[in-house]
Amino acid sequence: MTRFGHAEQPGLVSLASLADGATAQLVTVQGGAGLRSRLTAMGLRAGVEVRVIHNGGRGPFVLATGELRIVLGRGMARRVMVVPTRLGGSDTGIPTGTTAPPE
Amino acid sequence: MSSDRAIEQARRLTVALAGNPNSGKTTIFNALTGSRQHVGNYPGVTVEKKVGVCRHRGVWLDVVDLPGTYSLTAYSTDELVARRFVIDQHPQVVVDILDASNLERNLYLAVQFMELGIPLVLVLNMSDIAAARGYVFDLEELSALLGGVPLVQAVGNRGEGIEEIRDAIVGVATGARRIRPVPITYGPEIDKEIGKLAAVLEPEADRLAPRQVRWVALKLLENDRPIRERIRHVCGNAAGVLAAADDAIARLKKILGDEPEIIIADRRYGFISGACQETVKNTVELRHTRSDEIDAVVTHPVLGLPIFLGLMYVVFWATFRLGEYPMDAIDYAFQWLGQAVGGLWPAGSDSALRSLLVHGVIHGVGAVIVFLPNILILFLAIAVLEDSGYMARAAFIMDRWMHKIGLHGKSFIPMVIGFGCTIPAIMATRVLASRRDRLTTMLILPLMSCSARLPIYMMFTAAFFIEKWRGPVLWMMYVVGAVVAVLAAKLLKSTLLRGEAEPFVMELPPYRAPTVKGTLIHTWQRGWMYVRKAGTIILGVSILLWALTSYPKPHARDIENLAADGQQAATLEYSVAGRVGKAFEPITRPLGFDWRVNTAMMGAFAAKEVFVAQMSIVYSLGDTDESEAQPLQAALRRNYTPLQAVAIMIFSLLGFPCMATVAVMWSESGSWKWALLQWAGLTGLAYIAALLVYQIGSALGLGTG
Repeated sequence: MTRFGHAEQPGLVSLASLADGATAQLVTVQGGAGLRSRLTAMGLRAGVEVRVIHNGGRGPFVLATGELRIVLGRGMARRVMVVPTRLGGSDTGIPTGTTAPPE
Repeated sequence: MSSDRAIEQARRLTVALAGNPNSGKTTIFNALTGSRQHVGNYPGVTVEKKVGVCRHRGVWLDVVDLPGTYSLTAYSTDELVARRFVIDQHPQVVVDILDASNLERNLYLAVQFMELGIPLVLVLNMSDIAAARGYVFDLEELSALLGGVPLVQAVGNRGEGIEEIRDAIVGVATGARRIRPVPITYGPEIDKEIGKLAAVLEPEADRLAPRQVRWVALKLLENDRPIRERIRHVCGNAAGVLAAADDAIARLKKILGDEPEIIIADRRYGFISGACQETVKNTVELRHTRSDEIDAVVTHPVLGLPIFLGLMYVVFWATFRLGEYPMDAIDYAFQWLGQAVGGLWPAGSDSALRSLLVHGVIHGVGAVIVFLPNILILFLAIAVLEDSGYMARAAFIMDRWMHKIGLHGKSFIPMVIGFGCTIPAIMATRVLASRRDRLTTMLILPLMSCSARLPIYMMFTAAFFIEKWRGPVLWMMYVVGAVVAVLAAKLLKSTLLRGEAEPFVMELPPYRAPTVKGTLIHTWQRGWMYVRKAGTIILGVSILLWALTSYPKPHARDIENLAADGQQAATLEYSVAGRVGKAFEPITRPLGFDWRVNTAMMGAFAAKEVFVAQMSIVYSLGDTDESEAQPLQAALRRNYTPLQAVAIMIFSLLGFPCMATVAVMWSESGSWKWALLQWAGLTGLAYIAALLVYQIGSALGLGTG
């Protein structure tokens, strides 16, 4: 698991670019130690699977990891680097705001 | 037998209650201690400290509610306070409340207590919800993997598991329950550096307390600022220790490719995952919860804002409309009391004691207590919004708008609380991590019209506006305050406190039905603080102001030719307060204020609601026949125009923050300069606004009749 890489990693994208319903694996957060430390303590750490609940366009961003629901500001969402595992939006046929079928 | 003896010895235990925000810590605290709680502050900081007491198997437990934290780093005041309490106050046991549905994240804090080597009890709270979500725990095995730490399953809001928690506390404290600390490993490289640093620290062990040497070494690798500070103060070889720490960090960075503190955090999670691997199972893949469904509506891009505004309107409506009935009763009770006490003297008596009791004490305190129903309803509503989880959504919804004025969505929570009271609101700004955001929010908070200003508006709107207009005028006051707050924030953010907005991160807790007990305790504590203020500061100020308005008395022959009304006015004018008010008249005349208003404004500095008490004293002072007492409203109508009333309300809204605000602003901002800037800035602003209102209104002939 590469997680310290500030180096580019194939498939690495910003969380902010994902559509509602997409899932991804968190790889790293671009930011100072203080910020990364805070996010880690809140459960946003390398290796966890996150799911986009609501990509608010220009507004804040809601994501889920496990049972947690966390709101990120726009700027923050851009700094969270992930590897997508499943595309959201129309690709999965999951309309926003309805119950997703269990896997 | 031996454990019984140990229990005998440990008659009184200090227990610290820790846990993540939203872990249900407060519910457990309430269940553990019942209503035997008191609220204070941690020394040096205005972080609220709740202490409760309970008795279990002959042992008294002093339970201290630590602030909710995710970690024990030094990045926030709350975390520092929690850490400092645990290290310096040596609680016999730390009880860490875990949200059973998010065990791994919640154990992150628990691991940090284990690093400190503190006797620990872990509580898997909300285990009913976790069970419903399909989580199955092997508690025995998990406990063993965590070194034998007791794990108690509980459902705080139903009081389940509370006895077991008490048992575990006493068991751990008395040594009946053996815990063998598990060494947490951070990988060979870090472990080696911890060992090396600990060796460097060893000669200083006495000054650091022995069991903390390894912990201090770990914290040094995490580049923990307060620990470095402490080393600098207590260690003889501070320079050597810090240099060794810097070297170690540099070496680790090179080998591991990242900041050691990030790697250490990761290894803690590694340890947790290892422990949970075989002991926590989830049988149901439940991906979309009820909370998500509610959120789809409540935080909807279009519906979110109207729902929020609607809820705020309901809160306001309840506060003011439902409060009316108990207010009438309280008002009546105080009038009766005043007459009863006044009646103890013969009619026409000019006893100073009678005047003090009736006008200084009963009228003064009564004028404040009458607003208790409003305040209780408002705090009840805020407690319900907070406990249900909606407040976090409100911050989320408002972030888009708050961002536009350069603030954080989270700034919105203190601003809402500011409608209740500026003091807790300023304290609530602790949720903001950036100092700039925090200062900006604190500076504008007094513009959110607090409940203590409500009495002033109520007094004037009732006197000068017809029934139909009172609501809208009241509403306008709040809107004006909020609009000015927005403009002020924008101004501050583009001048004095310029800078990037802090990244926004916040947890959205699942929606929960607030418990009746929790809500009532919360409301009661706030209400009691208000009553205590009425009983202490406001009583003192009422008496002081009564004295200032009563003495010195003019010579009888100077006023004997005047009518009763004139005598009253002359007495007041002659008093200290009258003289001070008069001295300020040239300055306040352009605002339409006379010396009586100035005098009452002096009282408003002590506490805003004293303005009302003061006005009622000003206009009833000197009348000796209680049956002839003029209602305050009629007196106001005789002496002021509606325009003057509006100017006074605007001035009270925008300016003259009370002395408690100044004091809290001073301690929270860490500098008297910010407190002074706030006070002077807002008062200047209020002066200009009232001046504009009065002068433009007069020129247009509005409300001057």
